[in-house]
Amino acid sequence: MLETALKGSKKYWLLLLILFGIHGAGATAFLYQLNKGLTVTGMSRDVSWGIYIAQFTFLVGVAASAVMVVLPYYLHNVKEFGKITILGEFLAVAAVNMCLLFILVDLGKPMRALNVILHPTPNSILFWDMVVLNGYLFLNIVIGWVVLSAERKQVPPPTWIKPVIYLSIPWAVSIHTVTAFLYAGLPGRHFWLTAIMAARFLGSAFAAGPALLIILCLIVRKVSKFDPGREAIQKVANIVLYAMIISIFFVLLELFTAFYSQVPGHMHGFVYDFVGLHGHGNLVPWTWAFAIMAVVATLMLLCPPLRKNETTLAIACLLVFFSLWIEKGITLVITGFIPNPLETITEYVPTLPELAITAGVWATGFLILTVLYKIAVSIKEEVGA
Amino acid sequence: MERSRRSFLKLVGISTLGLGTLSAVDLLDKVDLRAQGFGPDPKALQGERWALVVDVEKLDEETTRKAIEACHLVHNVPHYEDYEEEIKWIWTDTYEHAFPGQEYDYLAEEVEERPFLLLCNHCSNPPCCRVCPTQATWQREDGVVMMDQHRCIGCRYCMAACPFGARSFNWKDPRTTYFKDKEPPNPRYPTRTKGVVEKCNLCAERLAEGSMPACVEAVKDTKAIVFGDLEDPHSEVRELLHEHFAIRRKPELGTSPNVYYIV
Repeated sequence: MLETALKGSKKYWLLLLILFGIHGAGATAFLYQLNKGLTVTGMSRDVSWGIYIAQFTFLVGVAASAVMVVLPYYLHNVKEFGKITILGEFLAVAAVNMCLLFILVDLGKPMRALNVILHPTPNSILFWDMVVLNGYLFLNIVIGWVVLSAERKQVPPPTWIKPVIYLSIPWAVSIHTVTAFLYAGLPGRHFWLTAIMAARFLGSAFAAGPALLIILCLIVRKVSKFDPGREAIQKVANIVLYAMIISIFFVLLELFTAFYSQVPGHMHGFVYDFVGLHGHGNLVPWTWAFAIMAVVATLMLLCPPLRKNETTLAIACLLVFFSLWIEKGITLVITGFIPNPLETITEYVPTLPELAITAGVWATGFLILTVLYKIAVSIKEEVGA
Repeated sequence: MERSRRSFLKLVGISTLGLGTLSAVDLLDKVDLRAQGFGPDPKALQGERWALVVDVEKLDEETTRKAIEACHLVHNVPHYEDYEEEIKWIWTDTYEHAFPGQEYDYLAEEVEERPFLLLCNHCSNPPCCRVCPTQATWQREDGVVMMDQHRCIGCRYCMAACPFGARSFNWKDPRTTYFKDKEPPNPRYPTRTKGVVEKCNLCAERLAEGSMPACVEAVKDTKAIVFGDLEDPHSEVRELLHEHFAIRRKPELGTSPNVYYIV
């Protein structure tokens, strides 16, 4: 099936070329970082994780795109999703690849990354995150590939793939839960030390992943002869809406606990995010952008005419995606380090090389996504789905 | 028969080499170079739960400076000007920052301004060791929380987990920056490379030779920092804790720190 990725329109090759160019710029910046050390980033002894780990955290959520179409299709027989499960799965593959790359570029000694396997340590959540992320990547590649090959040959998929698909559903839950546990189990980091962290991760993942999936479906319909189906898109929109409401509700729960209890450690992070703390407020505009976009997107999705109109639906999905990108991909991780354990504040601003590497990883992910989608769409066009 | 002549010569060469080696081994055998066995130094300090008791009143600026300098010299800790990249094994901060949440508006000026000596607490229940994905940081049986800079992958999970800010990361390479034009002060202790985490090791290398930690040794005439085994009821640290009221940093987190402060 790979051969279908090798013949495409001029626009397809141009897109690949652009993504490859950004990837190259990122790779060059990474070589520079490898040579100089992480000193070239904006991270510090106080804010010791920055935009890399934050992007990783957000992208674990995007990988949920798969389970939100696979679960209804295989467990509830929602037929409309049959056409787009492959798009959800391939998006998950690209997202998990980006996750792994973001962890790799964040390591001080990336050449030692395999020490995690050489010295397996079950008490470390990071060890388990490595297991679940690689497992999820493997599951989605296998499922996507096998089901798509069967579709091309116009035969039903082999029966052995069913249990693998069923396994991928709880496995998807595990990647968000384990990633949340990275944060939620640390003493002394009040902003993260919350029992609903995993639930929040699931909530925002089930909104952000499917929102991007809707946008991609609309693009696919525009640039190819394959139509993912209006009904399927509308059903995914409902999922995004519910998940978004739950996500906002969870954030409100956090705010209630912090501000009604008035425990300083629980309030500090939110104060820093929303109004600034002791004169430091780098994240204030970002936090308000998140809050406003999240509310506007939810209201748009709640309003049936706006949800049913695909133009306004696309805008709402973009708002969902970018608001949650701010929440998981910027504020959640960085605020955990502010104030530091000695209650002083060091702020964080990413540097240019850091942003270049970040863009490079995103481009690599979208490069993978473009190639995989090209394969999927070519086969769909071939069989006239 | 070019090929067979070549292989014949090869064979002869290898055999000669082998015979030579054999006779060399024979020679060695006569001088008895058998391994002597390698065990711990009999002088090494033995303990079950090492602890430090810091008598805050005895620590003036001069004494703290001496303790910090001794540690940083013996461990080749670079001194970077930029706070964000700072490497520190032992340092000072105010009461308010050392014991956040315990400060109050009318705190005695003397306490407010006094430097508090801070370092790794060598917690009995260390979260840093719990989270490390490669066991590059681990706890010894005597309680010392160790760090293997050769195994560390630089993920900095331990820095997120430590509630005391006791861990430093080598954002840049000390060998090509700080020690570029000057010799590391202690040739017996390795310098680090970029990309690994480091912290106080309670002078494990000195304990192994029967010496006290460098900070304790540097201020020993003032008795401002006392080192000993908490499990030994006759140890000096136990006696001090018996006689004085002492506090620990963030005991509510359950990490069980082993550095005590007599205030």
